[in-house]
Amino acid sequence: MEHQAVVGAVKSLQALGEVIEAELRSTKRWELTAEGEEIAREGSHEARVFRSIPPEGLAQSELMRLPSGKVGFSKAMSNKWIRVDKSAADGPRVFRVVDSMEDEVQRRLQLVQGGQAEKLGEKERSELRKRKLLAEVTLKTYWVSKGSAFSTSISKQETELSPEMISSGSWRDRPFKPYNFLAHGVLPDSGHLHPLLKVRSQFRQIFLEMGFTEMPTDNFIESSFWNFDALFQPQQHPARDQHDTFFLRDPAEALQLPMDYVQRVKRTHSQGGYGSQGYKYTWKLDEARKNLLRTHTTSASARALYRLAQKKPFTPVKYFSIDRVFRNETLDATHLAEFHQIEGVVADHGLTLGHLMGILREFFTKLGITQLRFKPAYNPYTEPSMEVFSYHQGLKKWVEVGNSGVFRPEMLLPMGLPENVSVIAWGLSLERPTMIKYGINNIRDLVGHKVNLQMVYDSPLCRLDAEPRPPPTQEAA
Amino acid sequence: MPTVSVKRDLLFQALGRTYTDEEFDELCFEFGLELDEITSEKEIISKEQGNVKAAGASDVVLYKIDVPANRYDLLCLEGLVRGLQVFKERIKAPVYKRVMPDGKIQKLIITEETAKIRPFAVAAVLRNIKFTKDRYDSFIELQEKLHQNICRKRALVAIGTHDLDTLSGPFTYTAKRPSDIKFKPLNKTKEYTACELMNIYKTDNHLKHYLHIIENKPLYPVIYDSNGVVLSMPPIINGDHSRITVNTRNIFIECTGTDFTKAKIVLDIIVTMFSEYCENQFTVEAAEVVFPNGKSYTFPELAYRKEMVRADLINKKVGIRETPENLAKLLTRMYLKSEVIGDGNQIEIEIPPTRADIIHACDIVEDAAIAYGYNNIQMTLPKTYTIANQFPLNKLTELLRYDMAAAGFTEVLTFALCSQEDIADKLGLDISATKAVHISNPKTAEFQVARTTLLPGLLKTIAANRKMPLPLKLFEISDIVIKDSNTDVGAKNYRHLCAVYYNKNPGFEIIHGLLDRIMQLLDVPPGEDKGGYVIKASEGPAFFPGRCAEIFARGQSVGKLGVLHPDVITKFELTMPCSSLEINIGPFL
Repeated sequence: MEHQAVVGAVKSLQALGEVIEAELRSTKRWELTAEGEEIAREGSHEARVFRSIPPEGLAQSELMRLPSGKVGFSKAMSNKWIRVDKSAADGPRVFRVVDSMEDEVQRRLQLVQGGQAEKLGEKERSELRKRKLLAEVTLKTYWVSKGSAFSTSISKQETELSPEMISSGSWRDRPFKPYNFLAHGVLPDSGHLHPLLKVRSQFRQIFLEMGFTEMPTDNFIESSFWNFDALFQPQQHPARDQHDTFFLRDPAEALQLPMDYVQRVKRTHSQGGYGSQGYKYTWKLDEARKNLLRTHTTSASARALYRLAQKKPFTPVKYFSIDRVFRNETLDATHLAEFHQIEGVVADHGLTLGHLMGILREFFTKLGITQLRFKPAYNPYTEPSMEVFSYHQGLKKWVEVGNSGVFRPEMLLPMGLPENVSVIAWGLSLERPTMIKYGINNIRDLVGHKVNLQMVYDSPLCRLDAEPRPPPTQEAA
Repeated sequence: MPTVSVKRDLLFQALGRTYTDEEFDELCFEFGLELDEITSEKEIISKEQGNVKAAGASDVVLYKIDVPANRYDLLCLEGLVRGLQVFKERIKAPVYKRVMPDGKIQKLIITEETAKIRPFAVAAVLRNIKFTKDRYDSFIELQEKLHQNICRKRALVAIGTHDLDTLSGPFTYTAKRPSDIKFKPLNKTKEYTACELMNIYKTDNHLKHYLHIIENKPLYPVIYDSNGVVLSMPPIINGDHSRITVNTRNIFIECTGTDFTKAKIVLDIIVTMFSEYCENQFTVEAAEVVFPNGKSYTFPELAYRKEMVRADLINKKVGIRETPENLAKLLTRMYLKSEVIGDGNQIEIEIPPTRADIIHACDIVEDAAIAYGYNNIQMTLPKTYTIANQFPLNKLTELLRYDMAAAGFTEVLTFALCSQEDIADKLGLDISATKAVHISNPKTAEFQVARTTLLPGLLKTIAANRKMPLPLKLFEISDIVIKDSNTDVGAKNYRHLCAVYYNKNPGFEIIHGLLDRIMQLLDVPPGEDKGGYVIKASEGPAFFPGRCAEIFARGQSVGKLGVLHPDVITKFELTMPCSSLEINIGPFL
C-alpha cells in the first residue's frame, strides 16, 4: 500500500476528534539516487573510464566522447589510475598507470543498497551525498492506538451551526468540529483616530473636568506685538531672532494694533512703570508690527487676558488651550518645526505660588504623574517661574515635564487688569508626554505625513492615568 | 540657557568643601541651576573629533552648569562661587566700590562719527590685578559668555580688554573709513587695513559671525590711544599691541554698543567679577567717558538701588507665612542685602550692581521663594470657581472626528507648513491664486508657506504608506491659512475637513456617501432650499474633467469633491485612482 495514502487516512481520522491516537515517529534512512543505482550496477565513472583504456592507450578526444568520459577522466586522474601523454603524434593520448584498481565508490554504494549504510563512516556518506549518489530520506510513521472516542463507525464533524440545523434540530445529534482558540480573530473594518490627537482629547477632557474654558487659538499668524511685546519680551530677545522664529514675507506686517495699549507696552519696555525699571531701550513699533508664525500659544493667552481686562468688573477665569506653535529650529529626533503646546491659565485675586503648585499637582495627577518637584527657572514673561520635574520610573531620573510661573505685572498691568489680580500659568508640549506614553523615540514616527498608518491602526485607547504597558525593548528618549 | 563650564576641583576649592555629584546636582536644583553634564576636555574632544585627537588632552573633571539667561552674574566660576557661598550663608555678599585714581583719571572721548554706527561706550580700569592661568582663562571665557548672551553676539555690546601699561590715554572712540584704519590685530604678525581684515575674517570660524554688524557701513568704529595705537575695532577684533596676558597687572576695559543700558550692565559684571583679584579687593578704578555733546560721565556705575517691599506682599505672592525678619534673611541669602525697617512690616532691599535682573518687586518675591525652597511651599488649590466652556469650533471638530472614524476613515495629522509646490504646482494651481501666506526665512522648502488646503498632506501620507492594503480611507480636520486683509494681522485660519479614498477604482460614490453622512451628522438635509445642501457640477485643475462638484450648504459654497486628476496623482507619486472631499466646517457652527 502507498505510504502517503496511509498517512492521509491517519490524518483524517485524527480530524474526527478522539477516535484514534496517533503518535508521530519519523525515521531517517539512506537511499541511492538514480545515478547511485547506476553506479552500484555498472561501476563508477572513473572505473568505467579505466576499463575502457586498452594497453596501447586511447586518444583523449575519443575518451572524452564516452558517456562517463568527463567526470570519469578527472576522477581517474586524481586517483592516479591513468596518465596523459601530451607529446603523442596525433594529439594527447591517455594510458593506464596501474594494472588494476579497486572501485571503492561502487563497493560503498552496494553496501548502502544492501541496507548496510551504517557500515560507512559519516565522512564517506557525506562525500557520496555531495556527488549526488546518495540521499537521506525521512520516513514519517505513526504509532496508532484507540482514542477515547474510538468507534468503528465514523461520522463527519460539522464545522458550523446552520439555520437548517436549528430548524430541524439536527444539531442535537451532530458532532461539531472544535474551534482553535489559539488562532486570531478577524479585525473589524474600522476607522481610527490619530494617537497624538487622542492624547489631545484627553488633555481637553482634563482641563474641562477642572473647570477651564477653552481659548480661541485659531490664528497661526500673529504679530510680534502679541507674540512678544505684549508679554514684556524685549525686542532684542534671542527668541525674536530669524534663527528661532518664522517671520512672514507676505503679509509682512500686522495691519492693526490696539494703539492705546501699544503705547502702554512701549512705555513699560523703554521706561518702566507699574513698579518696574523697564528694559531701558528704544522700543520700535516697526519691530512689533512684524508678522510671524506664533512661537507659543501664550500669544493667544495674552489676547484672551487683554479681552478679559476690558470687561469690568473683573471676573476670575480659568483658561486653557492646546494648539500648534512654530519654531524655526534645527530639526532632530525630538524637534520639529511645528508642535502642539498645552497651556493652562488662572486669573484671580490673590493667587500664590502655592496655588500654582497645587493646581499643577492636580493636573499632573490626572496624567498619572504623582511624583513632582519644582525648580526655579527663568522665563521672560513669568516671575516667579518654575520648571516642573517628575520622576521617570523607566529612566530612573527626574525629567522636565512642564514650565510654569506667575505672569509679570509688566505684562498684566498695561492690559488694564486690576493690580491685585495674579495670573498663574503653565505649559507643556503635547508631543513629549505622548512619545513617552507610546514609547516612541522619533517624533517623525508620530507626527506628519511619514507616519506608518499601521501605527495609527494599532494604537490603543489613551488612558493617561492608567499604568502604561512596559515600554518596548528600545529605550525611551 | 547659557552653559558655564567650570573645573570641578577648582570649584570645590573655592567653595571650601567637596560634594558628591548628586549633592552638587541637588544644590544646583535648589538654587535654580542645572548640572547639565559631568565631563572633561578629553571626553569632549574625543566625542567631537575622535579618540586620537583627544590623546593628551586634559582629563580634569568639568562641570557644565546651565545658568538662567538673566543671571549674568553667574556666568563664571567667580560669580557662581560667590552666589552659592552667599546662598549657603558662608560669606557675606561683597560690596563693590568705585574709586578715583591717585593720578589722572583715564579718559575715553567719543566723537560724533560713531553716532550712526555704534554710539555708546563705557570704560573702567582694574588696578593691580593678579591673574593665574585659571583666572585668566575665566576672564576671557566670561567675555565670551557675555558676548554670546546679553551682548547678543556682539551686536548690542562688544567688550575690549587691554593692558593699560602698554597704552597712554586719553583714548578716542571714533569711526573711520575702513581703508583709513590700519593696525596689527590680535594673533596676526603684521598690519592690515580694516578692508583687508574683513576679507581675512570671512573664513575665520569664530569672527565671521560678527562681520555683518558693521560690514556694509561707510565708517567702522575704532578706538585709539593718544599715540594713535589701535586698541580695538569693535565689535570685531582688538589690537595686538595692548593684548592682555597672565602677567598683565592693569587692565583697561571698554564696552561699546548700540544699547547703553546693556553696555553699562556688561561693564559692571566684568569689574564686579574680577575686582576680586585686585590688590584692593572689589575695588574698581573709575574712567571718564566724554560724549560728543561734551557731557562727561564716570563709569562703572556700580549702582546700588534700594527697593521697598512689604513682607505681607511676599507672603501673599508666595503663599507662605514668614516673619519679616526671616524674609529679610532669605533675601540676603539671594545676594539681596535686606533689612526690616519702618513699621516692622517693610523690608528694605539693596539691589547690587550684579543683579541687573531685578527690575520689579516680583523679582524680589521670586528670590524669597527660591531661598525658602520651592519644594517647601505648601500646595493649595485656588478657590477660583468657574464653569468650563469649550471653544465651539473645537467642540464641533471633536464630535466630527469621532464620527469620521466611525464611518471607517482613519485620522492623520500633517504639517501646517509646506512647500509652494505642494499647494500650487502639484495641484495645477498658480501660487498667486492660493492666497497663501509666505514665510520670509525658511531654512528649507518644506517651510515656504502655510498650507491653504489639507489635501496635499493627505496625499503625501498615502505616498508614504503605499505598502498598506487598499483601500486607504483617510481624513484630517485641521486649520489652513489664507491671506485676509480684514483681520488685524492680515491672515485668517479656516477649519477644514478633508477626506480621501484611494483604491483600484476612484470610488467617487464612497466620497459622495461620506459627504451625505457628514451632512446627516451636521443636521443639514439634502435640497436646494436655504437650510439644505446640494452638489453641482464644477471644475478645478486638481480634478478629472467632469468628475468634480462644488458643495453648497446653507446658502454658501463650502468646498469641493471629486475624482483627482491623473496629473495630481502622479505628482504626489501615487499610482491608483483617488477621490477627495474638502470642506470648510466654519459655516456649520
